[in-house]
Amino acid sequence: MSGEPDGPEDRLRRFATIWSRAVYPVTSTSSTRPEFEACLLPLARRLSEALRARSFDADAGKAVGAALVEAHCTDPEALSRTLDCVDAYLVLYCGEDGDREDLRARSARLQHAMAAGFAQALRERTLAEQEAIAQAALEAQGVVAQALHDTEARFRAVFEGAAIGIGIADLEGNILQVNNALRRMFGLSEPGLRSRNVRDWVHPDDAPQTWRLYDELVSGEREHYHLEKAFYRQDGTVLWTNLTVSLLRDADGEPQYQLALMEDTTERRLLNLRLRYEATHDALTGLPNRTFFFERLEKALSAGKDRRFGLCYLDLDGFKTVNDSLGHAAGDRLLVEVADRLQACATAPGEMVARLGGDEFVALTTGPDTQRTVDELAARIMNALLAPISVDGRELTVRGSIGIVEGPAGERSAAEVLRSADITMYRAKSAGGNRFELADPEADARAITRHGLTTALPTALDRGEFFIEYQPLVHLGDGSVRGAEALVRWLHPQHGVLSPDRFIPLAEHTGLIVPLGRWVLEQSVRQAREWRDRHGGEALGPLRINVNLSPCQLTHPGLVQDTVEILERTGVAPDSLCLEVTESALIGADDDLLKPLRRLAEMGIDIALDDFGTGYSNLANLRRLPVSVLKLDRSFTQSMQRFPADPVDLKIVEGIVSLAHSLDLAVTVEGVETGAQAEQLRILGCDTAQGWYYARPGPPDRLHELALVDATG
Amino acid sequence: MERPAWAPRSIDITVPSVSRMYDYYLGGSHNFEVDREAARKAMEFMPGLPKIMQANRAFMRRAVQFAVSEGISQFLDIGSGIPTFGNVHEVAQAADPDARVMYVDHDPVAVAHSQAVLQDNDRADILAADLRKPREILNAPEVRRLIDLNRPVALLLVAILHFVEDADDPYGAVAGLRDALAPGSMLLLTHASYEGLPLSPERAEGAVDVYQNIRNPLIMRTREEIARFFEGYDMVEPGLVPMSQWRPDTAPEDEDPYAFSGFAGVGRTA
Repeated sequence: MSGEPDGPEDRLRRFATIWSRAVYPVTSTSSTRPEFEACLLPLARRLSEALRARSFDADAGKAVGAALVEAHCTDPEALSRTLDCVDAYLVLYCGEDGDREDLRARSARLQHAMAAGFAQALRERTLAEQEAIAQAALEAQGVVAQALHDTEARFRAVFEGAAIGIGIADLEGNILQVNNALRRMFGLSEPGLRSRNVRDWVHPDDAPQTWRLYDELVSGEREHYHLEKAFYRQDGTVLWTNLTVSLLRDADGEPQYQLALMEDTTERRLLNLRLRYEATHDALTGLPNRTFFFERLEKALSAGKDRRFGLCYLDLDGFKTVNDSLGHAAGDRLLVEVADRLQACATAPGEMVARLGGDEFVALTTGPDTQRTVDELAARIMNALLAPISVDGRELTVRGSIGIVEGPAGERSAAEVLRSADITMYRAKSAGGNRFELADPEADARAITRHGLTTALPTALDRGEFFIEYQPLVHLGDGSVRGAEALVRWLHPQHGVLSPDRFIPLAEHTGLIVPLGRWVLEQSVRQAREWRDRHGGEALGPLRINVNLSPCQLTHPGLVQDTVEILERTGVAPDSLCLEVTESALIGADDDLLKPLRRLAEMGIDIALDDFGTGYSNLANLRRLPVSVLKLDRSFTQSMQRFPADPVDLKIVEGIVSLAHSLDLAVTVEGVETGAQAEQLRILGCDTAQGWYYARPGPPDRLHELALVDATG
Repeated sequence: MERPAWAPRSIDITVPSVSRMYDYYLGGSHNFEVDREAARKAMEFMPGLPKIMQANRAFMRRAVQFAVSEGISQFLDIGSGIPTFGNVHEVAQAADPDARVMYVDHDPVAVAHSQAVLQDNDRADILAADLRKPREILNAPEVRRLIDLNRPVALLLVAILHFVEDADDPYGAVAGLRDALAPGSMLLLTHASYEGLPLSPERAEGAVDVYQNIRNPLIMRTREEIARFFEGYDMVEPGLVPMSQWRPDTAPEDEDPYAFSGFAGVGRTA
């Protein structure tokens, strides 16, 4: 087909070359120009044939026009250049020898057809492509919508399922969306929350910076903030949260929303408050305790110069008797009632009542005019105690002694103020109780306070300030001295000789009783050994020594060991020692508590039940206890000081003695002050006695003398 | 969980898309008025943009044919855009009927259209993914089905890297893809540059601004910067050159001056 030079085929190719050179620059094909020319060649051939065909075929022209669009000559300029080219060169290169005029007319008609075909094809292609891209856009939207839906579903699940409360609001504070956890926290339904505005959630407990941080956030000056915040729930209760608020911006960085994450800390907070409450309140009465009171007192004392304070220190008169006679439960009920009444006395701002412990209460008043208000407060308290208190159907009359301290803030420490109040209260008590006294610095200086004694106790033992007096124990049958009870004394450098009831409870309280008790035991046993050495072997046997054991010593694990060591070291036989234990210490004692006493008894040490008859001991219980002596309380013997003695008391003592003897227990009586008493008790069958009738407690030598007199007499 | 439901992102055909603008430059009608408006605006500054696109297409065609002639039968075309004509699978499968082509694009409309075009071709597929997350591309089941990563792959990054800002670490993404491909794989790349443009950089910047305004910034890089994408590849002759000078089969005098802008190159791993 590639004809000879300048043959028809060659001319056709030259036409195609010219055509492709004209159109190629305006096509967007990725073909090379030779490839493009190869694609135009069949089109040129078709035009050439149509030019010379016998009859005009418009379809050929249309087909060529459409083929141009097919070859990506979609630019209108491609058509324009094509038509220019056809107009100028088709007849020239492909006309062969036909009539020029006819050919030109045919070429013109072909051009019209080509334009029509091009336009038609371009229109169809454009419509098809528009259709395709619209379809694709629609489809993509569906895909994206599905993906968004999935994302949203995931997000929603997280949002709704989160344990943390999440809420979204706009920058005006309108709540847009909240999750389940947040609704639960607020006890609200979604519509209820969504009509709310963040700014409605002001709470009196809001930290001062709360709303400043909020304003900074919504104005875009702050990205987030974190604080503890309280909210009111729908039902009016308070919700405490750990709140984090973040600013959400759009793609352009413009603030759009605020996001709040909140964790419910109400319970944690309540627990903290409760722990704080428990640490600062008395469990029995619910009143503030010593810790809380000291906090408040210190605050009052460190207040400004012109502030004053007033303190009432109340101790109930005779409360111990209530406890001892009606039991602790009744005592506790009494204290609760007293606490309630006191509470009602101090309701003004700046007033408070606290329980320091036992039957000791304090009331505090603060302000500028406490000189007046503290007196009124004390009067109210005294007044509040006037009406009897009903406990277990009994009407109990309660009285109290009050020590008042009043003064300006900033002069004394809390401990000094309380000490002064304590001393003053004791002054009121010593003056007969049921009254109040005002603090007086001179009286304070003279007073012997429990506090002072307690702090002086440990050094007192080291400094040898304790000494022992001995009170003889006399055999009622023959009047001979059989031994003595060791009684510890404290020679206080300022206050002189103090009796055990002043310091033994303090020693018990601080635990010093253990070393002190050991010292007393050792001294006493040593003394017994001395008497034995000086006395020699007597017909009546060696002098025995009675030593008191406190409840605290009883439970001390070293008791048996210490006692054995002391006896061995001094070479005193166990049967020369009698340990006295109070009846109340053994009430309800279990086997564990009794075990050391049994061990001591088995060694031959006598155990005496002291103050017998004051407690509630079950008489049947006596069999169980490892005791060999009953020491009858002095209250039984008091009536026998008169003559004739109360017959009921006589019967009681007789019964006890008979019971004791039937259990193989010896009976000792205390507080014998007259010969008549001694005679009566002898008749009743008591074995030994002690009391002023025989001798007051005294130094060991006195006893020696007595014993000698007795032996020679 | 890219973004929560209350701040939705959907297909917004009121925002111009670079792939539909590309189609418009190439005379196609797979575009909307917003695309054409943006494209016309860019062409006011750079009238030869269609020629640059055409040169891209022509380079791509020559490079794919070269890769097939070098024995490669797997193609991974990332940033494939709207398929119009002379697409990679057409060129590759014309040369090797067994050639496999995986297209990747992050424009959902381009992806949907590609799906329609490719639905009857079981050796070509399209994945909706982003060049900036190469691991997602490499691990996609569609890719694993079509492409055997144990055999060499021709990776096409034609006219895409100039849409990835440095902040998105385009070099890291290209290196990640390189490391995942078998030895003997090829990188076929074109990239826009101020170098070689037949107009002043000030005018060219006008066109760059158009892309900036449609939030698809065009990052013009220097030849050196473009050459760094080939780290780890040996350059195939003639190296990194203006697009129309890469193994041309047309006389240079036939070429439009715009065809000499930007750079094209092919590299191969050892």
